[in-house]
Amino acid sequence: MADTGILSRRGFIVGTGATGLTIGILASCSPGASGPEEPDYSDLPPNDEVNAWVHIDHDDTVTVRIARSEMGQGTLTGLAQLVADELDADWDKVTTVYPTPGENLARERVWRSYSTGGSQGIRGSQDYVREGAAAAKAMLIEAAANEWGVAASECTSADSVITHGPSGQTTTYGAVAGAAGKLAPPLEVTVKDPSEWKIIGEAKKRLDTADKLIGAQVYGADIGLEDVLKDTDATPTELLSASIRQSPKIGATVASFDAAAVENMPGVRKVVALNNPFGEGQNAVAVIAETWWQANSALDALPIEWEGGVDFSTEAFEAELDDGLTSDEAFVGNGGGDLAGAFADAAQVIEATYNMPFQNHACMEPMNTTALYTDDRCEIWCPTQNGEAALAAVSEASGLDIQNCEVYKVHLGGGFGRRGAPDYVQQAVMLAMEVPGTPVKLLWTREEDMKHGFFHPTTKGRVRGALDADGNLTGLHLRISGQSILAALIPQALQDGVDYATFQGLLPPGVDPRLEDQTLKYSFDNFLVDHAMRNPPVRPGFWRGVNLNQNAIYLECFMDELAHAAGRDPLEFRLAHLQDSPEAAAVLQAVADRSGWGQDDGKHRGLCVMYGFGSYVAACSEVTVDEDGVLSIDRIVAATDPGHAVNPQQIEAQVEGSFVYGLSAMLFGEITFEDGVAQETNFDTFNSMRIVDMPEVETIIMPSGGFWGGVGEPTIAVAAPSVLNAIYAATGKRVRQLPIKDQNLRDA
Amino acid sequence: MATLKINGETVTVDVADDTPLLWVIREQVGLTGAKYGCGIAQCGTCTIHVDGSPVRSCVYPVGALSGEEEITTIEGLSEEANHPVQEAWAELDIPQCGYCQPGMIMAVAGMLNDNPNPSDEDIDAEITNICRCGTLARVRKGIKLAVEKS
Repeated sequence: MADTGILSRRGFIVGTGATGLTIGILASCSPGASGPEEPDYSDLPPNDEVNAWVHIDHDDTVTVRIARSEMGQGTLTGLAQLVADELDADWDKVTTVYPTPGENLARERVWRSYSTGGSQGIRGSQDYVREGAAAAKAMLIEAAANEWGVAASECTSADSVITHGPSGQTTTYGAVAGAAGKLAPPLEVTVKDPSEWKIIGEAKKRLDTADKLIGAQVYGADIGLEDVLKDTDATPTELLSASIRQSPKIGATVASFDAAAVENMPGVRKVVALNNPFGEGQNAVAVIAETWWQANSALDALPIEWEGGVDFSTEAFEAELDDGLTSDEAFVGNGGGDLAGAFADAAQVIEATYNMPFQNHACMEPMNTTALYTDDRCEIWCPTQNGEAALAAVSEASGLDIQNCEVYKVHLGGGFGRRGAPDYVQQAVMLAMEVPGTPVKLLWTREEDMKHGFFHPTTKGRVRGALDADGNLTGLHLRISGQSILAALIPQALQDGVDYATFQGLLPPGVDPRLEDQTLKYSFDNFLVDHAMRNPPVRPGFWRGVNLNQNAIYLECFMDELAHAAGRDPLEFRLAHLQDSPEAAAVLQAVADRSGWGQDDGKHRGLCVMYGFGSYVAACSEVTVDEDGVLSIDRIVAATDPGHAVNPQQIEAQVEGSFVYGLSAMLFGEITFEDGVAQETNFDTFNSMRIVDMPEVETIIMPSGGFWGGVGEPTIAVAAPSVLNAIYAATGKRVRQLPIKDQNLRDA
Repeated sequence: MATLKINGETVTVDVADDTPLLWVIREQVGLTGAKYGCGIAQCGTCTIHVDGSPVRSCVYPVGALSGEEEITTIEGLSEEANHPVQEAWAELDIPQCGYCQPGMIMAVAGMLNDNPNPSDEDIDAEITNICRCGTLARVRKGIKLAVEKS
């Protein structure tokens, strides 16, 4: 099978091992130096790919094709480890490349899904990625065996070298890769047993670090003309930049704007209104200029009048959320037993209400895309979590057939779920159509990014619990009131009106195959989890961890309240309901043991355990609250059981990072609306944790094997509840209203 | 017009005096290592050095420079990615998405220029960059490793 054009032409290596860095530095710093004699392959035509997943050069460089996007979560390196291990490749010669969504389309989706979310990057593709690598290895061995005239079964492979056992002769992958690519793929392959893994499970360094340390990593915001020319067949001679202002008020449209006021400002080329990608009318005005600073300066000076829109206020919406907390009508997500009887017979009933405000993803790199439109083709350079959705958006916005569109993916400066939405892609294409033949880079300001998110939805949770005279939990009702993500974004995914994803982490098995990895691991006799859907006119989105985050607060803060009301130890109280999930009990026990839970040492600790994205996670947080009510989060012990742990040091990095994301929301995160306008516009009003706020984190990775759980998201859910429970331990006060930022924890 | 000494080279650019140094570096000089993150000196992704001290270039008007200052960006921090901070960052595999890291590295390198052995309190006070991926725990370890390597 031959390479398709783009893969071979682009040569865009998105990640390289330490060897690559060394070679790069030597080559650039000492051009005259000559190292050990390297074979010269320059007379040979480049090898064809072995198969869709693997290309191997004559010099044994293994290039792994990665369909999922790298946004910091380490999937690129993890997937390369899966392929390299199954391939028996020399890890020091592994690099990666993104095949384009257009190539995937042309090759009948040989790389399958490009969607990068739901902590699915590795677990959602590990089976076919490993099988692809195993097939490639079989073809390499067969090619060597054919060359030697021996049986393939007599040959073995290791570190990119094939050895014929009886004769002892060897060859390298690079030497036979060309011939291997011409062979028919094996009809069946067997992937390795985990006991045979050599690269999977190892704490390998990331493949994409070197460029990030010297400012050489090109993000979407950095795309320049030379980057465009590397990929396109068109011959643009300049690249223009654009900035945009979208209607500040939800649903408002452009009434008028005075382009003449800014058209003569330096560098300005065009001032245009843009259609709303998802609604009626024009909802944005953009300026295209020679530089982004010129475009944005002109926009600052541009008089724009808006009309219409929705007078939405988060404060007023509280009443709707409160109504949902007590409404007679709600969708049932899980439950069983005799709840009414449990409450009727209770010795003690307690109740608490918690909230989750709107959150912005706040990726460090604001939304952006560079687009190039000609009469018969449209191409974009884009940081996207879903290359195929971006490709479809290019086709839709340009009106061109999808075969005439292309997406060149670049690493994301953060994603967190925001970059699955294609709004900024459509806007960039519309702008490029204003200047055919010239690429336009649209970059949002931080203010646009903050105000025009796909916000983590707002909900409240009211929990009631029944305790018997012995302090046993005999009844539990969790009512969730608030916004459904699916109702707004994917209404076809509702089942008879129910958004089962709302019940993430609380579901019974068997509701939906896509949600089997989000089930409740506690066993309760009499309980009910239900959802009163209350949808504001704010567009919601999938925010790292999604609905698991607030559901963990509602359930796990209340479990702590119940334990204290029952006069029982919160660890013991939880374990009593985890008898059917030894994995969940194990991670909880692990953090308790490591943290010193139960010791009389003056420390104030809080626990949390959850199951989500297919992994078991727990945390024990230690805090101090001083006399003035100032919180210090001192230490967190976290445990995760993801089944198989592909790269332990990257799991550790994801766990540490999850606390930053989850605790930033708990401490500071809140988008509020007045008169339909988002009030938080930048990091001064939507703050994020700094190093001073960062606790010491100890991560226990305890893979129990046999399943593939996600890593990028689940730990976020245990961050806030464990700290909130520790605050109670320190102060005797419950914090149930988030964010904490303006509350005095001594007066809570 | 403004004249800049940047990473040891002198360049002349034709921009308005109130243009932030960040955008001059990115769009006129063509060095894109320093990033735009907030535009209001909150997040620190744009951090560069002016005469060795960390500066948030997104709010630093180019007209405030005399032309004599030595400007250093991440591209000019070291010859071969071998500044102690870069070496520590590589050893601990600190970057995740990496977008904030040029600013983080420059903030740390700038702090170490003035204070070669910072205490935890110094680090808390001086390193206020935002990282949404959440590398902060490793950043603190990285600073300590960089001190050892210096």
